[in-house]
Amino acid sequence: MREMVRAEELTRVFNGLTAVDHVTFGVREGEIFGFLGPNGAGKTTTIHMLTTVLKPTGGRAEVCGYDVVKEPEKVRKSIGVVPQEYTADEDLTGYENVMLCADLYGLPREEGRKRALELLSLVQLEPFKDKRVETYSGGMRRRLELACGLINRPKVLFLDEPTLGLDVQTRASIWEHILSLRENFGMTVFLTTHYLEEADHLCDRIAIIDHGKIVEEGSPSELKDSLGGDLLTLECEGEGVEEILRALEGVREVKAEGREYRVKVTRGETVAPLLLKALGEKGLTVKRLSLAKPTLDEVYLEKTGKSLRDQGESPEEVIKQRVTLWRARR
Amino acid sequence: MEGQEVGGRPLQGFLALTKRELKKWYKEPLLLLITVLQPLIWMVFLGKAMNLGAVFGGGVPPELARGLMLRSFGTTDYFSFMATGMIAVTCLFTTMFTGFSIIWDRRLGFLNKVLSTPVSRASVIFSKVVYATLRSSFQVLIILVAAFALGLKVGPGFHPLHLLGVFLVAFMVCVTFSSLFLMLALRSTRWEAPMAMVNLMLMPLMFASNVFFPLELMPGWLRAIASVNPLSYTNDAVRQFTIWRLDRGALLRDLAYLGLFSLTISSLSVYLAKKYLSR
Ligand SMILES: Nc1ncnc2c1ncn2[C@@H]1O[C@H](COP(=O)(O)OP(=O)(O)O)[C@@H](O)[C@H]1O
Ligand SMILES: [Mg+2]
Repeated sequence: MREMVRAEELTRVFNGLTAVDHVTFGVREGEIFGFLGPNGAGKTTTIHMLTTVLKPTGGRAEVCGYDVVKEPEKVRKSIGVVPQEYTADEDLTGYENVMLCADLYGLPREEGRKRALELLSLVQLEPFKDKRVETYSGGMRRRLELACGLINRPKVLFLDEPTLGLDVQTRASIWEHILSLRENFGMTVFLTTHYLEEADHLCDRIAIIDHGKIVEEGSPSELKDSLGGDLLTLECEGEGVEEILRALEGVREVKAEGREYRVKVTRGETVAPLLLKALGEKGLTVKRLSLAKPTLDEVYLEKTGKSLRDQGESPEEVIKQRVTLWRARR
Repeated sequence: MEGQEVGGRPLQGFLALTKRELKKWYKEPLLLLITVLQPLIWMVFLGKAMNLGAVFGGGVPPELARGLMLRSFGTTDYFSFMATGMIAVTCLFTTMFTGFSIIWDRRLGFLNKVLSTPVSRASVIFSKVVYATLRSSFQVLIILVAAFALGLKVGPGFHPLHLLGVFLVAFMVCVTFSSLFLMLALRSTRWEAPMAMVNLMLMPLMFASNVFFPLELMPGWLRAIASVNPLSYTNDAVRQFTIWRLDRGALLRDLAYLGLFSLTISSLSVYLAKKYLSR
C-alpha cells in the first residue's frame, strides 16, 4: 500500500535541544496513525516539519510523495492541518474563518462558499456560522478548526492534540468526526495525542514517542500483546495449584500471593477455560477469576519507564497551551 | 507571488489576509478609538503645548522673531510645522505595531496554520504592510482635518489636490517602516528582543529628523544622521505639499529617495520572509 507520509531519520534541534531525534516511520494510505507521547516529546515539532512550517535540521520527510523541504508548495496543497491551538480568529464569525481558509488555498469563490457551508454543517456548526468565534465553546472551536483543515479536501490530515482540554463527551464526538472522515473519504490521518484512550480508540497504528525518539511502534493490540499478554487473577484454595498452572499451555508467568495467583498468559479468553478444567480435574475449585487486558498505559510505562504525565515545556508552549485550555473551557 | 493561488483569483490569499486584519480593526471599537485619538493627542500635546515659536521670539521684537521663524522653519507658525511633522510620527508608531502583530500571530498558532497553506509568504508580509498603511492613512486623514480645524497655515501656492501628495508620501513611509519592523520580528516568538530593538530605534529615528526642528538648526553630526533618515524626507515632502512653497527639485528628490527606500526595504523583507518565516 502507498505511503502518504514517510519520515527518515527526521531530526530537529533547537539551540542544542534535540526535540525530534532521528525518527523514522511511515503512514499508509487511509490509515489513522498516531504519535503518543507526553508534553515536550516532540510531537508538535514533528507535525510542524511535516507541514512545512519548521525546517528539519536532519533527515528527510515526504508527504504525498513530495519532499517537505524541496517541494513545500506541493505538500501544502495536498494537506490539511488542525493545529494544537485554536487558531480561528475570535473577532470573525465561524463562516468568515472557514472562508479565510478557503481563500488561503485559493479556492474559487463559489466553490469555497459551497464547501464552507457543507463543512460547517458536517461539523454541526451550521446554526452558529454567523456568530463570532469568541462565543464558541471548546468543542465548537475544535470542530471549526476541523472544518478549516478540510476545506481543500486534503489527502492527508494532520491533527495536533485534537481533543486537548475537552471534556469526555465532547472528546467522543470529535472522535466520531475523525473516524467518519476515514470512513467516508478514505482520508489518511496523522494525529498526536497524550491521551492513551484516544490513541487506543482512534489509531490503526501508534508510535510511542519520548524525548524525541520513537520507542515503540505498532497497532494498539500489537503493542499490548508485546507486553506478554493478558493477566488472569484467580483465587483458589488447595495444594499444587502453582504447578498445575505452570504446566498449562499459554501460561508465561505465575505469581502466588497466599491464595491469590496472578497469571500472565498469551490470550486470556483461551487459557481461562483450560485453566478451570485442569484445576477442576484435580478437585480444586476456583473461587474467583478475573481477566485483565493490558492497557496502553502499561505499554507506555513499560517502554518509557514512566507514566504519561505532564513534563517540562518551553514557556511559549505553556502560554499556547494555557490559551488553548482557557478557550476550551468556555 | 508564487503562482500557487491555482484556480482562484490573483492575490486571493493576500486579499483575504488583509481583510482579516481590517475586520479585526473595525470590529474592535476600542482599537478604532485609539487609532483616532493617538494622532490627536500627539498633535495637541506637542503642537499646541510645546510652542517653540514663543521660545524663538522671547525678548526680540516680534518682526524679527517672525523673520527668524520663517527663515529656519519655513513658516511663522510652529504649530503648522509640528502638525505636519506628526504625519510621519504617526505612521512610524502605527507601523511599529505590525511587527508585534506577527509575533502575536505566531504565538497564537495562527501564523503556523497560514504557513502550512499554499498562500505565498509575500502575501503574509504584504497583508500586514497594507493593513498598517491603510490604518495610518486613516490617521493621516484625521490629522489633516484636525490640523486645518486648529488653524494650519498653508503655504503660498497651496492647492487642495496637494493633499493627495501627502497620502502618497505617507504610503511610502508606511511601507518602509512596516516592512522594517516586520523584518525584525520575522523569527521571534517573544516580545522582549524586538521590543527593545524598536525602543532603541524609535527615539533616534524621531529626533534625528526634522520632525521637531529643521535640519539647519542641528549640530553637524545630528544633521548627518537626519539627512539619511527617511522621516526627514517624509516631513520635507509633506511640508512642501502643505505649509511651504512647493519646490519641484527638492520634492522630486524626496519622492525618489522614499520610493527607492521603500522598494528596497519591502523587497528585502519579502526575501527574508521566504527564507526565514518557516523557522
Ligand atoms: N521554537 C522552539 N524553540 C525552542 N525549543 C522548542 C521550540 N519548540 C519546541 N521546543 C522544544 O522542543 C521540545 C518538543 O516540543 P514539542 O514538539 O512542542 O512537544 P509536544 O508537542 O510533544 O508537546 C520541547 O522540549 C520544547 O520545549
Ligand atoms: Mg504539542
